[in-house]
Amino acid sequence: MNPFEILRFALRGLLANKLRSSLTTLGILIGVGAVIMLVAVGEGASQSIQQNIQRLGANTITISPSFSGGGGGGGGGMRGQGGGGNTGPRTQARDLSLADAKALTDRTLAPSVKSVSPVVTAASQTAAYGAASHAVGQFVGTYPSYFEAVNKPVAKGTYFFNDDVLAARKVVVLGQTVVEELFGTVDPIGKQVSVSGVPFTVVGVLKESGSAGTQDADDVAIAPLPAVQQSLSGFGPLGSIVVQATGAETTTAAQSEVTAILNQRHGTTDENADYRVLNQATLQETVSQATGILTALLAAVAGISLLVGGIGITNIMLVTVTERTREIGIRKAIGAPRSAILGQFLVEATLLSLIGGLAGVLLAFLGTRFSFAGIQPVLVPSSVALALGVSVGIGLFFGSYPANRAAKLRPIQALRHE
Amino acid sequence: MTDSVPVLRVRDLVKEYGEGDARVRALRGVSLDVHRGDYVAIMGASGSGKSTLMNILGCLDIPTSGTYLIDGADVGLLDERQLAILRNRRVGFVFQSFNLIPRMSALANVELPLVYGGVGQAERRARALAALDQVGLTDRVHHEPNQLSGGQQQRVAVARALVTAPALLLADEPTGNLDTASTGDVLRILDRLSEEGRTIVLITHEDDVASHAKRVIRLVDGEVVEDRRQAPVDGPPPRLLEAAG
Repeated sequence: MNPFEILRFALRGLLANKLRSSLTTLGILIGVGAVIMLVAVGEGASQSIQQNIQRLGANTITISPSFSGGGGGGGGGMRGQGGGGNTGPRTQARDLSLADAKALTDRTLAPSVKSVSPVVTAASQTAAYGAASHAVGQFVGTYPSYFEAVNKPVAKGTYFFNDDVLAARKVVVLGQTVVEELFGTVDPIGKQVSVSGVPFTVVGVLKESGSAGTQDADDVAIAPLPAVQQSLSGFGPLGSIVVQATGAETTTAAQSEVTAILNQRHGTTDENADYRVLNQATLQETVSQATGILTALLAAVAGISLLVGGIGITNIMLVTVTERTREIGIRKAIGAPRSAILGQFLVEATLLSLIGGLAGVLLAFLGTRFSFAGIQPVLVPSSVALALGVSVGIGLFFGSYPANRAAKLRPIQALRHE
Repeated sequence: MTDSVPVLRVRDLVKEYGEGDARVRALRGVSLDVHRGDYVAIMGASGSGKSTLMNILGCLDIPTSGTYLIDGADVGLLDERQLAILRNRRVGFVFQSFNLIPRMSALANVELPLVYGGVGQAERRARALAALDQVGLTDRVHHEPNQLSGGQQQRVAVARALVTAPALLLADEPTGNLDTASTGDVLRILDRLSEEGRTIVLITHEDDVASHAKRVIRLVDGEVVEDRRQAPVDGPPPRLLEAAG
């Protein structure tokens, strides 16, 4: 018995009932398409989140003050009404200072640290150029190493340098949004903008980084730390310290070095630290874990629809076998071997699932070219192979029961069937 | 009979249905030999066990006890695969209700046994056309069963049974569902096949149909009660002789 003949019989069997065959195929199509598409959407979401994190800077650790910490918990809670006396324990929460930042640059205590950038942020400062004015979302005073640490390259003009910091020169690098608001199409380099009445000279424009969520990452201005402190924020505590590690492998080491130094300086331990450390690498890990779970969840939901499609195939094959019992009897009476009957029904079931699976893959290929809710789906090749493999497996597995039942019938039993 | 090995040899065939009190004995020890070239009509009222006997002879059913040999081979000893080959090559079966496969042309229906027999495409096309020519349906080869009359369908079924050139042609009331004219057509074909030397066993309850056979066996309650020869095994069938003379 030629395999082509079996295939021919199977095709004839499927075409004999086109509507039923195509509806069954549709079940598998939806299952396979859903698995591939949902995995692709999950993967796309995960990649876009990873990119957003990456954009915040590579291998960086951000240290910011934490007011809930502080030795003995003396910082918070209700205070007695008596006087303004500082009755809390001696180990009160301490702010981050420039001295803290300087201490972190110690080569022997913190060998994994590449650069340290102290940061002060002056919120909602109004910058003006001629008649145009704009409230800058983030006015940052820092050191030049900040640009590299937080991944903000300059597109036009230059950065400011250590000399500018030492001399507290009033120079500024503007983000794309600020430039558009203030200058429109005019070249801003060398122009003077007035920030809350203080004149700053524009030396550079940052490369556009795109908005991350609701916050516009381009609505920013960056100036030397002392210049900002002098004219805008005052010489108070630092808003944060951005530490760049020497490499991706050393971020964890850098984190423990930084923690050790700060604990020693602030007289705290890990448990009651008065600052928070945000490690980009751990953040990335946590987020990718979360998105991984999300993707698995989506795939599981889609997998269920694939299973339902498979049950649809079993159902249809059972109906087909019952309906064609007489035909099976005739075929056996004229000498069809068991293998030919088994083969015919198995091939029918497999064809149904294979055609449905391939159509599902095609649908998913088309579907993933569009973006959903701002997420560009990313096709995962292994999910295509898996979904297609599972759908064919389903055809074989779920088709084998009805096919076996058909093949095992004695000719006379099958012929007497009405 | 001088033939060394009969085409069919049946010994003490018993077939029982059901269990316990509901047990029915359809066949109570049937023994008979059919030699090459014979044309046997098995007659009996309904319930006499003739259809049961026919199903066993066609290897469609299994006897409760007794032996059954086709061309000297014991059918009871064959496994599933060998039985399928036997049904395919040695036995041609014609059913009362035609049993053609719907939505397949007459040609495809006749080709089907050859497909299962592993015959190549060109050869089986030629053999199927030849078989259809033998039953006079050359102009209907591409019609599907529901486009053919009952007599035509039965002739397709006869062609399908003949196409593998089986040692034995079994027909279970082949004219039971046909009108007089179609009955005549089918019987003429059977007479001619008998004249060509093919071994035929048919079931009928009509005396007129039985008169075409060389030998008539009568079954009552699962037992052979009469075995009458109407013409010699190696001669032509009786009615063909009449028609000629």
